[in-house]
Amino acid sequence: MLNKNQIAQRLAKELKDGYYVNLGIGIPTLVANYIPEGLNVVLQSENGLLGMGPFPFEGEEDPDLINAGKQTITTIPGSAFFDSAMSFGMIRAGKVDLTILGAMEVSEKGDIANWKIPGKMVKGMGGAMDLVASAKNIIVAMMHTNPKGESKLLPTCILPLTGVGCVRKVVTELAVLDITEDGFKLLERAPGVTVEEIIAKTAGKLIVEGEIPEMLI
Amino acid sequence: MSSLKKVFNSADEAIADIMDGAVLMLGGFGLCGIPENCIAALVKKGARQLTCISNNAGVDGFGIGLMLQQKQVKKMISSYVGENAEFERQLLSGELEVELIPQGTLATRCMAAGYGMPAIFTPAGVGTEVAIRKEQRMFNNKLYLLELAFEADFALVKAWKGDTDGNLVYRETARNFNPVMAMAGKITIAEVEELVPIGSLDPDHIHTPGIYVHRVFKGNNYEKRIEQRTVRKLAD
Repeated sequence: MLNKNQIAQRLAKELKDGYYVNLGIGIPTLVANYIPEGLNVVLQSENGLLGMGPFPFEGEEDPDLINAGKQTITTIPGSAFFDSAMSFGMIRAGKVDLTILGAMEVSEKGDIANWKIPGKMVKGMGGAMDLVASAKNIIVAMMHTNPKGESKLLPTCILPLTGVGCVRKVVTELAVLDITEDGFKLLERAPGVTVEEIIAKTAGKLIVEGEIPEMLI
Repeated sequence: MSSLKKVFNSADEAIADIMDGAVLMLGGFGLCGIPENCIAALVKKGARQLTCISNNAGVDGFGIGLMLQQKQVKKMISSYVGENAEFERQLLSGELEVELIPQGTLATRCMAAGYGMPAIFTPAGVGTEVAIRKEQRMFNNKLYLLELAFEADFALVKAWKGDTDGNLVYRETARNFNPVMAMAGKITIAEVEELVPIGSLDPDHIHTPGIYVHRVFKGNNYEKRIEQRTVRKLAD
C-alpha cells in the first residue's frame, strides 16, 4: 500500500517532457516534488501563473505570490502571470496537457464528484468543473476507499457531479486503473497489495486481465 | 470620462454612493489582491443587503469576512467559500444566499461584461447541477452552457500601481480577477498601492486601460494577510 507521497511519486511517472500541467489541491500538489530531473514540465496555477516554483525560503514569502491552494510560492525563470479569464481560457482551449486532481468518487464511466456533500460540505467547486470539462487528459489521485472503508470507485457517483465522462486514469494507494468503455481496467497494483484486495475494494466494474504487475515507484 | 476628476482622496469618498442593495464585484483570489481599503470603508459605512460577486468570501475577520460579520451581505456569488465559519453559519441558518459557480465561468462572465458581450458558452458544469435550467447548445459534438455576462453596479479592484487617469498595473498573482472585474463594473473603483502621475507608466505595460476605471485612490496600510504560509528551510 502506498502513502500519499508514494502516490505522488507514481503520478509523476505520467509526466512527459514539455507538458503544461495543472495540479489540484492535496496529493496532486505533492507531484511537484517528484518531477524527474531533466524533464521540462511547466506547472499552471489557475489563479494566474504558469511556471510555478517551489515554496519560498523562510522570510522570503510574498503575499502577492500564491498558488491556487493559497500557499506562498515562487516563480522560476520563464514564469508568466495572467488574469483569471485568460487562465481559464487556456484551460478551456485545451492548452493544458495534463490535469491531476483529487476526488471523493469516480464512476466506471469516468464521472467525477469532488465538490459537494449535500447537507455537510458547501465549499464550492473552485476551478474543478472548468478543468474537468475541458482538459484532454485527466488523472484522479485519491484513496481507494473513504474513511468508512467504502469504495470510492463506483458504478455511478452518488454525490453531486463535478464532470461527466472525463476521467482517464485513477491512481490510489492500492492501484493504477484506466477508465475504459467497459469500466475500470486494473493496470498495476501497489507493492504488497493483492488483486483480490483491489477487487474487494472496487465497487464499480473492474476488468482484470492476465498478470497484474506491481507498480514501480 | 478622463481627467484628474477620477482621483479620490480616500476610500470613504470613493465608495460614498454605494447604497443598500447594490451589486458589487470584488477582485482577489483568497486574500491575495483584495481591495482591502474599499472593504474597510464599506464596513464603516455599513451598506447592507449587498450582492457580492467574488471568487471567495474572505476568512473570519478579514476580507469579505469583515462584511459578513456585520451582516452586510445578502448574497454571495463565488466559486469557493471554505475557510470561513461565519459564512457557513449564515448559510446554514438561511441568512445568506449563496450561488456557487465554476471559477472559469465566474471570470468569463466578468470578461463578457467588459467586452460588451451578453453571454458566453462554456462546457464547465455540463451534466451537473450547475446546468439546471440553463440553455445548452451543441458545438462540434460537445455540449456547452449559455452563461450570462454579469451586471454589477460597482467593481472594487486592487492594483499595484495606477496613474491619475486610472491606468492600472497589477503585481504577480494579485492580478487574478481584478482586470476582468475592472472591465465589468458600471462604476469601477480602483485602489492602488502607488498612485503615480500620468506618463510614468509604460503604455506597453498597462494591464487595465483607464477607460474602464472611473475612480482611483491610493490605498493605505495594506495588511496583505497570507492564508497559507508555506516555506522551505534554507537547508533543503
